[in-house]
Amino acid sequence: MNLTPQKNAIAVSLKDVPQLAIDTFRTKAIELANNGGLVLSFFGTPKDDQVAIYCAIGTPANSEIFVFYTVVSSTYEALTPHAPQFHWFERELAEQWAIIPTGHPWLKPIRFLQTAYNGKNILSPDAPIQPGVTDYFRMSGLEPHEVAVGPVHAGIIEPGHFRFQCHGEDVFHLEIELGYQHRGIEKKLVGGPDTRTPFYIETLAGDSTIAHTIAYTQAIEALYNIDVPERATYISAIALELERLANHTGDLGALAGDIGYLPTLSFNGRIRGDYLNMTGLLCGNRFGRNLIRPGGVRFDVSKSKVDELKKRLATIYRDTQISCDLLWATPSVMARFENTGVIAQKDGIALGWVGPTARSVGIDTDARTHFPFGVYKTLQIPVATQTGGDVYSRAKIRWNEIEFSKSFIEQALDNLPEGPIDILMSEPIKHAPAPEQLVVSLTEGWRGLVCHTIVTDKSGKFDVYKVIDPSFHNWFALSMALRNEQISDFPLCNKSFNLSYCGHDL
Amino acid sequence: MKPFDAITLFSALLFSPLLFGIINRIKAMFAGRNGSPLLQTYFDIFKLFRKNMIYGNSTTLVFQLAPAGILAALIVALLLIPWGPIEAPISFSGDFILLAYLLGLSRFLTVIAALDTGSSFEGMGASREVTFAALGEPTFMLGALLLAIHTGESSLSRIFGSIQLTELHPTGTTITLLVAAWMILLLTENSRIPVDDPNTHLELTMIHEVMVLDTGGPLLGIVTYASAIKIWIFSALISNLVFPHLFEKPAMQTVGVAVGIIFVAVVVGIIESIMGRIRLRNIPKLLVGATALVATGLLMTLAG
Repeated sequence: MNLTPQKNAIAVSLKDVPQLAIDTFRTKAIELANNGGLVLSFFGTPKDDQVAIYCAIGTPANSEIFVFYTVVSSTYEALTPHAPQFHWFERELAEQWAIIPTGHPWLKPIRFLQTAYNGKNILSPDAPIQPGVTDYFRMSGLEPHEVAVGPVHAGIIEPGHFRFQCHGEDVFHLEIELGYQHRGIEKKLVGGPDTRTPFYIETLAGDSTIAHTIAYTQAIEALYNIDVPERATYISAIALELERLANHTGDLGALAGDIGYLPTLSFNGRIRGDYLNMTGLLCGNRFGRNLIRPGGVRFDVSKSKVDELKKRLATIYRDTQISCDLLWATPSVMARFENTGVIAQKDGIALGWVGPTARSVGIDTDARTHFPFGVYKTLQIPVATQTGGDVYSRAKIRWNEIEFSKSFIEQALDNLPEGPIDILMSEPIKHAPAPEQLVVSLTEGWRGLVCHTIVTDKSGKFDVYKVIDPSFHNWFALSMALRNEQISDFPLCNKSFNLSYCGHDL
Repeated sequence: MKPFDAITLFSALLFSPLLFGIINRIKAMFAGRNGSPLLQTYFDIFKLFRKNMIYGNSTTLVFQLAPAGILAALIVALLLIPWGPIEAPISFSGDFILLAYLLGLSRFLTVIAALDTGSSFEGMGASREVTFAALGEPTFMLGALLLAIHTGESSLSRIFGSIQLTELHPTGTTITLLVAAWMILLLTENSRIPVDDPNTHLELTMIHEVMVLDTGGPLLGIVTYASAIKIWIFSALISNLVFPHLFEKPAMQTVGVAVGIIFVAVVVGIIESIMGRIRLRNIPKLLVGATALVATGLLMTLAG
């Protein structure tokens, strides 16, 4: 059967989302995922006494999104052996809804949910539910050894547990266990939208505030079926690109720091702050909190602010360029970046990586181009790709995106349309969104594709609010990068992905 | 003990922590920062000495005694180092072999203290330390041999006293090769960039620092002070190769050694500022390269 494609951030009635028998569901999901499709969202929700599994797959080539669901009672045959993209999603599904995908090659909890089934973990009912307490892949013998790192780390970073199976300095396998940052945000969002909703969204992953907020507001706007004034879409896109500039600059500095190269580390640390201050100038908060709300943005940009932003951008960009050029011109830096942490394109396609990680192996998926939203429908931004898949590729992509974002912001500031900045949606939202609708909303944060999926109930309240941060797709890429790599290069590889723990754990 | 001996020994004991301050200041200058005070290492050591001792559950007496042994070995090593025209407090034929062994003893104690903790990190660091030390030792021994053959002397004080820099060939060339090789040795032995990064917080990349992760309080203070003495020893060796021989008068030569030690610290700071670390698996290549430099110098000396 043929499915009707949807578009990014367009709500459809739940009646129009096809229910498939489990066999058709499997065939369709595997077929789409293995033919250029990217699994955007895959989640369960209770339906009568059973569980409905929704699957949203996007095909970047033609900007289409296919959503369909099936109903299962307790088990079904896993999709992962046929389409590895589902591996993390199926582990999540099993953990959240006690649905066992039989034949899943490595079925373990991913977040160690405290609230699962009467305090028991369906995947290992005898063990207490505690992050990191689970079975690990282990090598046996006298020569291999195991190194455990975290969850408490030496630097000021988030908690996560890493297990290395090593032979001397060489790593055979790295297993990553997360879940320490689980705050239960998705559950808290059910029954919304209310006054708290935007604040939960803004703290899903604090460094991607703008990306997540745009995904949220787009979804809400689709549910209310309203168009946002053009000026607001420009301002939110400028904020999104500033977020990218700040984080990419910080990442390049941190990459230099990890190999002990001080100049770029020091300069970029300062420059990142300069970009954050530009966001601060835009709305009073350096991370863009409270800037974007359903219906528009809350802070207008005056003529003088436009000039100030342009002036600052020119200076700060020049500094960024000088500082980052040092990286490419220093042989000892290049020697460390090149051929370190290499990942392969075929793995990227099979496992569904997104963002700079995917683009570093030549997969050019970028929601701004392939699932255009807001101002990106008219104002194009090039997609930076590399083919090496090493730390250098991921660093270079960040630099290229800095160049593109800078030009984009200049263009947007020059062409800022006149008019209102919001359509005066009352806040708190007084009436509920349209009932029994489903919307898939995609944006491209600096880490990659951000996907928010909302299903509303009979009264228009959120029945399901599913968040997929790019880190959810990409954590396994770090494991792949470490295979046959040196354990001493782990920090550098890790930094080249710079994934979010809280964005994954939610 | 002659009066000058006491002065040079106490200068070394007093001023060695200053070298870290100089290196950090140079690095800060390159990074556009103000940097920590020149005397920061002294403050750190005093701070550590005011703390309580805390030992890990898995450690034994070995862990508790090792820092004292490390410091003792390095202070004895310091007694073998001449100061330009002033002979070392202890000087005898073949004393450079004792120097190599004292450095080895301090390393051995560091390593067994690290292994005593039973931590996978410290074991990893210990393995790296001994691998690279074994590759670094030929550089030191061949260098000492080169000097011994070149000068016809067999104690460090006399060897350094009879280097003649006026002949450009072959002395100038061999000394240049030796200085370059020993500079690499200094960077390796003292866990500096490009071999190790003393400032990193990333345990998996560390070589030396990871071995003292479980050491804290006064013990860490002793280890920090011992590492200051160690970098002083290497800086003094390199300085003695060149700086005293640029001057005629013994007084100037004495001052020259001090200037040379500071100069070495500045060079270390510059190296750390302008390059990143090399990959761990390439460090042996660097060390073998250093050995090759010395071997070339040795061949030139033998060929006359």
